[in-house]
Amino acid sequence: MNIAGMPCAATNFARPAAKMIGAGFLACLAWASAASAAGTGNIIISNEKSSTLTVLDAGNTVIRTIETCARPRGMHFSADRTQFYVGCADDDQIAIYDMESLELVGRILDVEEPETFDLHPDGKRLVISNEEDATATVFDVVEREFLDEFETGEEPEGVQITPDGKLAFVASEAANLVHVIDLEKGEVIKDILVDTRPRRFALTPDGGELWVSAELAGIVNIIDLKTLKLVADIAFLPTGFRKEQVTPVDVLITTDGQRAYVALGRANHVAVVDVPKRKVIDYLLVGKRSWGLALTKDEGKLYVANGLSDDITIIDTASLKPIKSVPVGMVPYGILIDDH
Amino acid sequence: MIIDGALLRRLLPIGLAILLFAVLAWPDRSLAAGEAKTFTFLYVSVADDAHYAQTKSYTGLVLRDRKPPIDGAQAAIRESRIIGRSVGVKFSLEHVELESAENAADRLAGLIAKTAAKAVLLDLPPAPFRAVVGRFSDDDDVVFFNIRHRDDTLRQSTCAQSLFHALPSNRMLTDALAQYLKSRGWTRILVLAREAQEDRNLADRFVASAKKFGLTIADRRAFVLGNDPRERDKNNIALLTGGARYDAVFLADGEGEFGRYVPYATFRPRPVVGTDGLVASAWHWTWERYGAPQLNQRFDRRASRRMAEEDWAAWVAVRSVVEAVARSASTDIAAIKQTLTADDFAVDLYKGVPGSFRPWDHQLRQPVLLHTYNAVIARAPIEGFLHKDNILDSLGIDQGESTCRLDEQAP
Repeated sequence: MNIAGMPCAATNFARPAAKMIGAGFLACLAWASAASAAGTGNIIISNEKSSTLTVLDAGNTVIRTIETCARPRGMHFSADRTQFYVGCADDDQIAIYDMESLELVGRILDVEEPETFDLHPDGKRLVISNEEDATATVFDVVEREFLDEFETGEEPEGVQITPDGKLAFVASEAANLVHVIDLEKGEVIKDILVDTRPRRFALTPDGGELWVSAELAGIVNIIDLKTLKLVADIAFLPTGFRKEQVTPVDVLITTDGQRAYVALGRANHVAVVDVPKRKVIDYLLVGKRSWGLALTKDEGKLYVANGLSDDITIIDTASLKPIKSVPVGMVPYGILIDDH
Repeated sequence: MIIDGALLRRLLPIGLAILLFAVLAWPDRSLAAGEAKTFTFLYVSVADDAHYAQTKSYTGLVLRDRKPPIDGAQAAIRESRIIGRSVGVKFSLEHVELESAENAADRLAGLIAKTAAKAVLLDLPPAPFRAVVGRFSDDDDVVFFNIRHRDDTLRQSTCAQSLFHALPSNRMLTDALAQYLKSRGWTRILVLAREAQEDRNLADRFVASAKKFGLTIADRRAFVLGNDPRERDKNNIALLTGGARYDAVFLADGEGEFGRYVPYATFRPRPVVGTDGLVASAWHWTWERYGAPQLNQRFDRRASRRMAEEDWAAWVAVRSVVEAVARSASTDIAAIKQTLTADDFAVDLYKGVPGSFRPWDHQLRQPVLLHTYNAVIARAPIEGFLHKDNILDSLGIDQGESTCRLDEQAP
């Protein structure tokens, strides 16, 4: 592809595997995208079933719907936040968009069924869970190279890299394991058995704890990062729901390390947790099957993707009240807020 | 530092004890470090099993083409490799095909000894199945899985301490349908059953389910396949479904040749459920919630076919044992059985609710899918049906009514 007025770099890119030969990669680097320090203010939502991205402006009004690659799920900002990555499971690729123009500027191809990913603090290495292959792969998003691959249990899902860049955690939904990958040694150094169907991670800001949602167990497991052992669980049960309806997916911890938000899936609520006390302080009613979460930079607003009601709920975190819900595409999955 | 021999001899047992304690108390739920243990599953089938013969209908149509569900077991073994890595156990699967169903139990005893198998998946016809279960009913060293039979009597009068059921029983399936009919307000049901024992039994199960969930049986009629005008009240669908007031038809036709003509041909415009129309199963290839697409795709990619419910049963049998080995950090059968039937056991069924085994009859608790040929319409237990202990126990013969009391015999 070529975008008029932008210098494009065409690079051949292939994973070093026989079946990948001929797979090309075409990248156009965004032309000095001069996003302001506050970002565009836009909110991007990936819609897994309609294969679209919904874009809201800072006033939470839908301003664009972008047709994207098939079954878009995980998303992540580039290191300088001028671009964002969208993993498309059914097209085996990661699409790269320019944040300001919302144009597709590149694709990383031959990424087997990507689900979610995390960007290394070096801004180059993207660690990706490849759902069907039962692997975690590492791609260099700057040089656009395949770097490494690790075996995981079936259906790897959440990926979390430590701020020091040394470890990557990958949750295997079907194996009930959290794999600990030492990125310096390039090997899986530990498999931690957790509760049923681990999905997503959040790190406490002090780097002491890793929180893991266990979807089918209806709890969050807490792993101590020094010992890499389970130290506690937090169970959820909003009033009027049965235990099996509580299926937590996304987890966020605020930068002060005081509060966590946990999307409770079929229980149609978000749990608000006091992190130091490991206690639930409130349940907020949202849409059906809440799973994806994002906070604004000031952490004043929480965005919740509701997978089965095709909308997002916006919550005011000071009053802990939902302030708006916005219809988006089918099965909204991930949320990015460009307000940094 | 020099340690004299005597001191070393005194310290050695203490050191060993500490080491042993460290191994036993290892909180990672992994088995002792060192060489990986092996855990062998045995999949037993019999040659020329009529169950898998292609049943060709009139004009050569193939209406049923069952495949042995060993593919499901193999899928679960592949998935277990990394879990095995984490607990230091290598899971493997061996397939043995008996030459004939005669003396199946004796032959199997030899094969279990030879392969050192600890878990056996039984893909056997009813007679050899019962012979094997009878022979090994109290066996403490091997655990057996039923991945094929829905017959409730296997969970009742002939239940066994060593036998676990991965596939739902007929009564679980009819309870699921009855819940759905009740939830839709389709409460008057016309029951049509073939005059074969298995279908009479299935109709009996449905009648019991109807009673349990407050449905009314408008009438129960037997049908025959044929064109004889003297039997037209039994072979003509319009006549067979006329002269009664009903909201839905329950059909019991294990053969299927008559049943496939019943939907859209009833005297009244009413839906058909049972062995045709809306069908209750453990699994369906179009099931798209709770991670099911991943399992269906994973299976299809390897086996080059759609995952049938028996495949799923074989898959979940292996997954359950693997889960029990991981959770109990043991390959000991007593520990595995105890784990499988524990209150907090949880195996991911890809049906939204964790599975566990009923301690009184060793039946896998599970949601049941109600589907047409190409879509899952509902998942039972249906919203609104409750149970005092576990909502999944609203499906099937419950603890209070069960004649099987394995939980009371348990050591």
